[in-house]
Amino acid sequence: MRGDLGFRVGTGLFGLVLIAIVVAIGFELTRESMPTIQKFGLNFWRTQTWDPVAGDFGALPFIWGTIYSSILALLLAAPIALGIAIFTAELCPEPIQRPLIFLTELLASIPSIVYGLWGIFVLVPAVRALEEWAPPVLRQLPLFSGPRLGVGMLSAGLILAIMVIPFTSSVAREVLKSVPAAQREGAYALGATRFEAIRAALFYARTGIVGAVMLGFGRALGETMAVTMVIGNQPTVTASIFAPQYTMAAVIANEFTEAADPLHLSALVEIGLVLFAMTLIVNVLSRLLIWSMAPGAQGPGVDAAAPAKLAAT
Amino acid sequence: MILTPKIEVAGLNFYYGAHRVLEDINLRIQPNQVTALIGPSGCGKSTFIRSLNRMNDIVPGARVEGSICIDKQDIYAPSVDVVNLRRRVGMVFQKSNPFPKSIFDNVAYGLRINGMTSSREELRGRVEASLKAAALWDEVRDRLQTSALALSGGQQQRLCIARALAIEPEIVLMDEPASALDPIATQKIEELIYQLKSRYTIVIVTHNMQQAARVSDVTAFFWLGRLVECDRTNKLFTAPKEKLTEDYITGRFG
Ligand SMILES: Nc1ncnc2c1ncn2[C@@H]1O[C@H](COP(=O)(O)OP(=O)(O)O)[C@@H](O)[C@H]1O
Ligand SMILES: [Mg+2]
Repeated sequence: MRGDLGFRVGTGLFGLVLIAIVVAIGFELTRESMPTIQKFGLNFWRTQTWDPVAGDFGALPFIWGTIYSSILALLLAAPIALGIAIFTAELCPEPIQRPLIFLTELLASIPSIVYGLWGIFVLVPAVRALEEWAPPVLRQLPLFSGPRLGVGMLSAGLILAIMVIPFTSSVAREVLKSVPAAQREGAYALGATRFEAIRAALFYARTGIVGAVMLGFGRALGETMAVTMVIGNQPTVTASIFAPQYTMAAVIANEFTEAADPLHLSALVEIGLVLFAMTLIVNVLSRLLIWSMAPGAQGPGVDAAAPAKLAAT
Repeated sequence: MILTPKIEVAGLNFYYGAHRVLEDINLRIQPNQVTALIGPSGCGKSTFIRSLNRMNDIVPGARVEGSICIDKQDIYAPSVDVVNLRRRVGMVFQKSNPFPKSIFDNVAYGLRINGMTSSREELRGRVEASLKAAALWDEVRDRLQTSALALSGGQQQRLCIARALAIEPEIVLMDEPASALDPIATQKIEELIYQLKSRYTIVIVTHNMQQAARVSDVTAFFWLGRLVECDRTNKLFTAPKEKLTEDYITGRFG
């Protein structure tokens, strides 16, 4: 009994320490970004000029680029990730299931910078070829205008999608596997085909699957290195998927070391603060959705992400 | 009176991989009767009942030898359409398993996937008739659009029965349908079974011998994967032919 109590107090303390760390990060980021918060207020997030030399900071292009690239990644990744999850959980023959799962986890553990290098050498030329091939009529549309560089929003969305697929698919797979067999059997017993039984399972798992997709979205929001390498790093707000743009994480990574001016530093920290809040909210929400469905589903979690985090710093 | 059996099982062996679970089962099940399967847990009752609608097809490594005929047609013949078979042979599970949908949509599910109704009115009519047949209509008529998960355990199980009845099966299989329910809910299910047998052939697994005695016309006693004895229920419980049956029903073991 005493040992048990000690154990619970101990683990409870660790839990509190974790919460304290999160609060401390939030506090510190807020404190460090006071200069820009006081100087620009909400205009910081409404204006587009980013001029460190003149001391004028508007962060709209970064939040735009971050959300745009993450949504693009989500749209590209979700169908594929769900397809992979359905295949591994429901359709593939027993013997290849484990190797397939292993492969997915392996993809998730490749450092971000490696994806970035692959993006520069393979993806960007391919996107450039696509841009050159695109007919002029198409390129007059706002969605496809802009220079033919290869680097830009499309490359960023694609690389994010590729990086997010292993996470989303592996969480979605665990969620699907947690659907009670009785649900599928119930459908089969009413004359369901295999396809209809899978649909019944997907319906049962819908909350958790939304969580899995959101978890991927959360990862895309904060992803730094690979995006920095392929998005072109131009602070502009444009709808074009071919245009070079910028993200919050990328601007922090690029400018933090050379930000000598306190206001510039504060601007970057404020961007970090909002990115922190966004990823925190998205992650908490998606975890809650997943836990409500499948308490065990983690995704290729913490260890797999560690090398990526290291590479990013 | 000589009846043609609804289900005729001959020389049935059942394997999970290399493990033989059922051994040379021979059994005839008559139409419009309730046949109860009793026996200690692990003796293969579920496996047997699940082989009657080929539910075991989805278990990897499961294998069947021998034959099971329904209306003289071998249900394991290659030409048999399993989906169609399961429509004719409904099943109610041990633990109620409603879909996380509304009460209405649960009952309508089978009708919809099998394309069995042509208009909304017809669908509504069939759902209502099924809920009435499952003695649930009066309790849920005002809340058909609320979630099935909000129902009590006994109501959920009757909903699952309504769902199975909606697609008008000829045979209804029930695998310990009341084992998770309280005595009052159990009694409702038993009354329901009694009412349903005029329209359906019912096979019910139960570990509860009083229940078998109350609801069934015929009882089959399984023991370690073998069918020891099958007879009219009142005979099997009062004057069993086999020593093993007698030991079991008098509670001399498990
Ligand atoms: N899916 C399965 N895979 C392997 N063995 C199984 C499976 N289902 C049941 N069995 C085994 O088959 C035997 C009979 O089980 P079951 O038919 O569930 O018995 P009962 O319903 O009478 O309790 C048991 O030994 C059980 O362990
Ligand atoms: Mg059983």
